[in-house]
Amino acid sequence: MHEMALAESMLEIVEATARRSGAERVIAVRLEIGALAHVEPDALRFCFDAVTRGSLAERALLEIVTTPGEAWCMPCGGTVPLSGLGAPCPQCGSYQLSVSQGDAMRVKEIEVA
Amino acid sequence: MCITCGCGTADAHIEGKTVANGMEPAITPHEHSHAHGDAVQHVHSDERPAVADSGAHWHRHADGTWHSHVHGGGSAHREEPSYIAGALAATHAPGIAPSRTVQIEQDILAKNDALAAENRRFFGDHGIFALNLVSSPGSGKTTLLVRTIKDWAKRTPLAVIEGDQRTSRDADRVRAAGAAAVQINTAKGCHLDAQMVGHALTHLELAEDSLLLIENVGNLVCPAAFDLGEAHKVVMLSVAEGDDKPLKYPDMFHAADLMLINKIDLLPHVQFDVAAAIDYAHRVRPGLEVILISAHTGAGFAEWLAWLARGLTEARERREASVEALRRRVADLEDELARRTASEPRA
Repeated sequence: MHEMALAESMLEIVEATARRSGAERVIAVRLEIGALAHVEPDALRFCFDAVTRGSLAERALLEIVTTPGEAWCMPCGGTVPLSGLGAPCPQCGSYQLSVSQGDAMRVKEIEVA
Repeated sequence: MCITCGCGTADAHIEGKTVANGMEPAITPHEHSHAHGDAVQHVHSDERPAVADSGAHWHRHADGTWHSHVHGGGSAHREEPSYIAGALAATHAPGIAPSRTVQIEQDILAKNDALAAENRRFFGDHGIFALNLVSSPGSGKTTLLVRTIKDWAKRTPLAVIEGDQRTSRDADRVRAAGAAAVQINTAKGCHLDAQMVGHALTHLELAEDSLLLIENVGNLVCPAAFDLGEAHKVVMLSVAEGDDKPLKYPDMFHAADLMLINKIDLLPHVQFDVAAAIDYAHRVRPGLEVILISAHTGAGFAEWLAWLARGLTEARERREASVEALRRRVADLEDELARRTASEPRA
């Protein structure tokens, strides 16, 4: 379950930022997770709750913003929505696709007090 | 609904799902943060968050602003007394600092990726062709390494980094085959990361223009996300597994640049459609190179070793090109220094 490693990395980023801005605690963490990213959001929530215990971010709200997957379709010569890796182009049915968006895992911002 | 000031929302959440209740209280725009007596905390913001997934506790006010909150003691929305009563159950608590938003915009894997970049720079500076070998447990990674070490023999030095949760059995096998090896035990960890590999590199004396094979933890899911600084991920699929693995575990096949289909000596005894496996792999990773091998019999190894030799040549040529570029730069700087020194007024 690599989500534990991801949650630990997240907490490192969140705590460092919170300390730099003189915050006493983190109220909310906003993430951007692409629909094609290597992560299971429910597992990430579970791990986030576990790793934040005793930290500045204990009980912080974890908000996950999902960005849709997109790919460049070679036969179509354009960008098309992609529901998942291994799915065909919704327009022409080809698998000649190159993912162009939707694989990001980013900490966007935090709410602190 | 906020039970401090009654700044309600048209949306209610039950079991994390949004339910429209049609109530739209009239409120004026405002921004604040406050705590409740029952340890429920709220944040208000004029900034509209992007669409949240079903588990998030963001609420939209009638004025278009958003607020989030966390519940103390595990209480849920439907247990909020004011949601039922619609009463202003509390007042704004004094002495609570207003919340603020801090922008971060940082990749969760930024630290790993930075360490991977360091490893990659090290490999590049020394002409080392490094591969990250990934597969499910039991597909034959270590057997592949052992035969590769023997067949590669004295072409160039070859070293191995072994990743397993426990034991040094694989590193022992690799050393017995004649290669330098470092064993990383990840304990509970399900994958290698760039930091572990960076540490392992300090325990190996790698030669210039040599081959480094990193055997990741046997796991077809987690290692896909972690860059180690390798030139390529090489994914191995054995015919004793299903031919539809590329569709079931697309992340790993998508991240790879070469697929080895191993144990082809078993093809007469198993139901494995090679053409289908390749077709499925190409659905998730168009253009993925494929080599059919048997680490047991040595079938396909000529092609595999040729692929390794090509990669090594490219790594060496890149190193030589960068050394040559450095030499040219040093020469240019020396010329520049000589010119400036010559034009300095004499004392």
